[in-house]
Parts: sequence; structure tokens; C-alpha cells
Amino acid sequence: MSREVTSLRAWKRPPILLKDPRWRWTILLGSAIYLVLAISSVDVDWSRVYEGLERGWRFIQGFLTPDFSSRWRDIQIGLIESLTMTLTSTVAGVLISVPIGIGAARNLAPTPVYMICRGIITVSRSFQEIIIAILLVAMFGFGPFAGFLTLTFASIGFLSKLLAEEIEDCDSAQIEAIRATGAGWWQVVNYAVQPQVMPRLIGLSLYRLDINFRESSVIGIVGAGGVGATLNTAIDRYEYDSAGAILIIIIAIVLVVEYSSSYIRRWVQ
Amino acid sequence: MMPVTPTQTWQFRSPKQHLLRWVGWFWLIALTVFCWNLMTENTIWAFVADAPRQASDIGGRMLPPRWGYLNQLWKPLWDTLNIATLGTLIGVIIAIPVAFLAAGNTTPSRHFVRPLALLIIVTSRSINSLIWALLLVAIIGPGLLAGIIAIGLRSVGFIAKLLYEAIEEIDESQVEAIRATGASNVQVIDYAIIPQILPAFCGISVFRWDINIRESTILGLVGAGGLGLQLQSSLSTLAWNQVTVIFLVILATVIVSEWVSARVRQAVL
Amino acid sequence: MVGAADFYYQPWQHIVLELKALSKIYKTGDRALTDISFSVPAGQVVGLIGPSGAGKSTLIRCVNRLVEPTSGSIQLGPTELTRLNGRALRQARRRIGMIFQEYALVERLTVMENVLSGRLGYVTAWRSFLRRYPQADIDQAFGLLDRVGLGEHCNKRADELSGGQRQRVGIARALEQNPELLLADEPTASLDPKTSRQIMRLIQSVCREMNLPAIINIHDVVLAQNFADRIIGLQAGQVVFDGPPSALTHDVLTRIYGAEDWDQVQQNAETQDDDVLSEAQALEQS
Repeated sequence: MSREVTSLRAWKRPPILLKDPRWRWTILLGSAIYLVLAISSVDVDWSRVYEGLERGWRFIQGFLTPDFSSRWRDIQIGLIESLTMTLTSTVAGVLISVPIGIGAARNLAPTPVYMICRGIITVSRSFQEIIIAILLVAMFGFGPFAGFLTLTFASIGFLSKLLAEEIEDCDSAQIEAIRATGAGWWQVVNYAVQPQVMPRLIGLSLYRLDINFRESSVIGIVGAGGVGATLNTAIDRYEYDSAGAILIIIIAIVLVVEYSSSYIRRWVQ
Repeated sequence: MMPVTPTQTWQFRSPKQHLLRWVGWFWLIALTVFCWNLMTENTIWAFVADAPRQASDIGGRMLPPRWGYLNQLWKPLWDTLNIATLGTLIGVIIAIPVAFLAAGNTTPSRHFVRPLALLIIVTSRSINSLIWALLLVAIIGPGLLAGIIAIGLRSVGFIAKLLYEAIEEIDESQVEAIRATGASNVQVIDYAIIPQILPAFCGISVFRWDINIRESTILGLVGAGGLGLQLQSSLSTLAWNQVTVIFLVILATVIVSEWVSARVRQAVL
Repeated sequence: MVGAADFYYQPWQHIVLELKALSKIYKTGDRALTDISFSVPAGQVVGLIGPSGAGKSTLIRCVNRLVEPTSGSIQLGPTELTRLNGRALRQARRRIGMIFQEYALVERLTVMENVLSGRLGYVTAWRSFLRRYPQADIDQAFGLLDRVGLGEHCNKRADELSGGQRQRVGIARALEQNPELLLADEPTASLDPKTSRQIMRLIQSVCREMNLPAIINIHDVVLAQNFADRIIGLQAGQVVFDGPPSALTHDVLTRIYGAEDWDQVQQNAETQDDDVLSEAQALEQS
């Protein structure tokens, strides 16, 4: 097979993202400078890190040989708080976010209602669970009740936003068809919207259940109940075998929740 | 039970499903009530009733914000950004090989390597970055490094999970076509797989960076540097008017990072 | 007819591909191919026809070992392909160009990168990663793009092209390998009738120019008759016909496709006598 040389043309791959070479170089140089600055601003006490390696090794050992028994009472209390918080806050979150989600759907709600509901969603989504927990603990005192409120609040933003998007994505022909039968607003929601979003709502709720459990294991650090407080104490006391046990339990529960929720989701739809 | 004749079988399924559904709802409600009672066993309702007064008290202390405090926040804000960005970078670097090892179509061994990679992903995902930070502060001492590694470790699971799902969804015919030219495995990854997953990869990384900005604002609560450190000290001195300023800075940062990430994702996809 | 029959009877220089007793049994126990033997001389365009599920796709993929044959031998020039592994297999694959049904271009790469990917078996991974191909490869790629009429599109992304254009890129990619054999898996299945003929004519003419043998797996009997030098009919994994297109009689086609399907195809062809109807569609409908 002879190679036909028609012309000596050079070829270079055209740039993928930024067509203008000046922009490309500016951004490249900018990120390089940023990286240097950022890395140099991290002053590390290497002797401390070196010292920590031994502790890190002890933690890995603790993780591999977890001690469930010596702190079992604390772990048990923390777990019960976490699990009860998770379920109750998810249920409460779903109950509250259904009306807010409907209100935040442009195709169903009048403008003023839409604005209010979107406002609620934005506020709920802007703040970290931990920050909400700090405030609520200050108001309601330590314990799982503040945690319940925190998780409910966070769930509302998450669920309402996704639910509203789901409703807005609904097939408008179905809504029109039901409306054309002379149905009222409630009937439209019941007959045209609900069947379309119900499987998704269940899926989202299960997903949020999963998230809420993970969060419930953290907010205890600021006093809002749950296994996080136990974990915090264990780490503070350098009881790495107990900490390892707690982490293993958390991972196991997350796995169970994730696995069973995907099972339920498949079963629902 | 009523006798079921063949012609009636279909009709009888519906009430049975109905029953199943009601039983499901009943158990959900019963479980929720049970959890609620268990959770609020130790709740001191006097505190809860007192909450509005507490809220107005805190509100009163929070306002007006102490704007002068803002000048002390620039350095922590810079630290927070660095924690998020460098942490995301570490996460990305570790997540890429993990994702390729976890994806069913690129893993070298389905029975040995893949479960291991999935285990890494699950472990990283189940443990909140605040808990990672708690551990790392205990191990290598307080400071930015602990925060960066915490964010990195948490990001690995998130990025690797979404990335390996993207890898599993690629168009296999393109891979086959490149393989048919006599390309080696590395070249197949380079020419057939990377072009297909690159947009998803950029989107996922930027999305995680956005989440990491939120998370890194609070890592300081456990000593991992950034804005959270200021929050911790302001909270412990009950300087609520400084807390307001910190909250506003966090809010602004989150909004800006969300805007940036939305823009970048738009540009990439 | 484009004079295919005349071409068929020319004396052949040498045998390029020889299949002997090739069989494929899938893990599920399905016999996809049974005892396939034939040889393809240089420059011959073979049309592989048969109903869907006859094993056409499997046969083509066995030749470059994208599918592992269970037994039998595949001889490409002096090389026995069935025993190759790793590097040697890749070096054998680069001698076989392949054209795919849904084009199988890497859609997010440029046209040029897609064509140059035909050289992947020749260049080092590092060179291909940096897209620094030898100038000779680049010249050849430009030449091929001009040949298939896409010289202007080299820096477009593959997904910006129409179906016919994409398949032309697919052809250029296969030819960029400087193959000794061309395989085509339903190259026209996702194209409209007119573009299908253009693509088939292009494949036919490059094969003539380069004295390149080709095995084209094709649903469309009329296209196969028009553009192939030789037809091999596959039915349930076995060769049931091997001969010139002119020997494809009604009886033979009935044997390949089964009575009902073939009558269906014919009826449709008669109702649309001018434009060639895609038999693929007709078969799927029946």
C-alpha cells in the first residue's frame, strides 16, 4: 500500500475549551499562581505530622480491631437517637415539603405563592446542617429534638426543590387534558400531577432518608444528639478502637439503608 | 377468605394491593410514632417551650452585626477556599484510578479489585467530612492540612462513584472501534473512554468543589482551619454579633461558588 | 449493475484471508457459527448476506478477534490469528480495517483525531496521547479525508457531521490503518437509501484502487448485488450460498431468508421500484 502524499500539511489538535490562546494562557498562569499561593499558605508542622503517623497507625489498628463492648451503652444511646431522628425528620420533611414543592412549581402555583415557596427553599438550602444545628441547639437546648428540627429543616429545602423541578417537568399535555375535563385545581393535582411524580417522590424521600442518617451522625458534634457525640468523645479520649467500632456501624447502616432503599425504589417502580 | 374463581382472579388482586398499601402506611406511621416517643423521651419540654424567648434573645444579640469583625475574616476565608480547592484536587487525583478500577467495563478484575474499589468508595462516602476532620485533627494535629485531607478523603467516594457510573454508561461501540484499530489498553482509554466521560468528569469535579466550599466553612469547628475556627471562637465567647457576620460571609461564599460552578458546568456540557 | 460480475472473474494474485472450519459457540450454548470455511483473494469485495441472527456480525468480529472464535483457523497473509495474544494480536488488528454500523466514531473527538486513531496500533501510547503523529500519517489522513470528500471538515467534532459524513470518516479511519483487509459491519444500516448507495460505491471504489479485499456484512440484498463481487449467504451460522451476485436467484434467496421473509422483501421492492428500499427495514417489519 503506497502512501499518497498530497501535500505537507501540519495538523495540531484544536483547543477543546478555550479557543482564544490569550484566555488560555491567562487561565493557566492564573491557576498556577493560585496553586503556588494556596499551597504555600498551608503551613504544616511536619514534626507534629510525623508524631501523628504513629497515632494514625493506632487508629487503623483500632479500625481493624474495633471494640464494640466497652462503650456499648453510649454507642447504643447515640445510635437510637440517630435512627429515630432520621426517620421522624424524614417523615416530617416529606409532609412539609409536599405543599412547598407544589407551591414552588411554576406551572401550578400563582406568582406570589411561588416566590414565597422558592424563598423558603433558598434559605433552607443555603445553610449547612451544622450551622442550623448550632442555632437550634442554642434555642431548643441540647439533645435529639434540636437534631430532629435541623434535619427536618434541611430535608425541606432538598425535597421541595427536587419535587418542584419534577412537577415542572411533568407532561403538560396530561395536565391540560385533565383541566379540559373541567377539573378544579385539586383535581388537576390529584389526577394529572400526582401519578407522574409519585414514584420520584418516594425515591427522593428514600434518598433523603439516607442523607439524613449520614448527617445525624455528625450533628451530634455540636450537641444535637445522635451517635456523633459519642464518636466525638471517643476520638477526644483517643479511644480509637471504640471510634473504629462506631465508624464501622455507621458504614454498615449506610450500606443497609442504601441497599434497601434502592430495593424499595425498584419495587415501587 | 372468599373463594377465588379463575374469572375473578384479576378483580381480587386490586383490593389485595390496596390492603398491602394500607398495611404499609400503617407500619410507617406506627414506626414514626414509636421513634418519636423514643427520641423525645428525654426532651425537656420546658426548654422547647422556652425556644421563642431564646430565639428572640439570640436574635437580639445577633443584630446589629459587628461589621468591623469582617476584617479579621479575610484570611480565614482564603483558608477556607484553599481547603476546598486543594481538597477537591486531592479527591480528584485519587478518585480517577478508583473509578476506573470500580467500573465494570474497565476493572482489571471483577472479583478482586472491583469489590475493593467499591469498598473504598463506600467508606469514603459514608463518613461525613466533619468526622474525617475530627479524626485527622486528632491524628496530625489542628490546621489546614487536616481540613484539606478531610475534604479530599470525603470527595474520593463522591467523585469516584459518579465517575464510575459514567464510565459504565459509555457507548461500547466506540471502544470496540478503537480496539479494532489495534490500539493498546492505554490508547483505548485515551481515545475511546476519556473523550466520552470528560464532560461528566468536569461537571462532577466542579459540583463537588461547590459542595466542598460549603463543607469547608464549618470544618474549623473541630479545629481544621478556615472560617469555622472563627465561628467556634465567636460561639464560645457568645459573641453572637460576630456570628452573624460569619454567617453572612459563608452565605455570600456559598452563593458565589454555586454561581461559578453552574457557569463552569454550563460551559463544559 | 456496475460490472461487478466482470471483476469477479479476473485472475487473483493471492489469497489474503483464509477461514478454515471456524466455529463459535457462546457461553450460553448458542451456536453462532458452524464450520465456516472460505478464502478471500486480494481486491475482492465480498457481500455477506443473511437474516438477522444468522451470525454475520459474529463472523466479522471473529476475523479481528473482537469476538473469540471457539475453534477453527483464521489465516491473514502468513499470520495465524487465532493463536495471537497481547501485542501480537494488536499488531494483527492494525492490518484489518473495520467500518461499523453506527459509525462508532468517537463523537467528542475531531474528525482528524478520529482518522488518526487508525494509526494507534503503529504509534507509541505517549505519541498518541500528545496527538503528535508522524508527518506521514498526517499527510495520509489529509489525503484520505480529501478522497472521501471531507477535507474541509478535519477540525470539526465528529458529532457535528451528518450520518453519511460520519460513515465517510469511519472509512477514512479504517483506510488510515493501511489495512490488508477491510471489514464492514452493516455500513449502511443507519443511512437513507441514497446515502447508502454512495457509501457502498465509495467502499467499492477504494477497494478497487488499493486492490483491497473487503467483507461487507449487509442486510440489503439489492445493495449487495450491486456492489459486491461475490456473495456469501449465511443462514443459522452456516454458509448456504457462495457465488457471484448473478447467481443469486429467487430460490437461493428463499433458502437464505426463508420463504416468508424473502417474499415480503420482494413485494416491498416491487412497490418501490425506483428507489432502493432498505430491505433491512422490510425484514424487521415482517
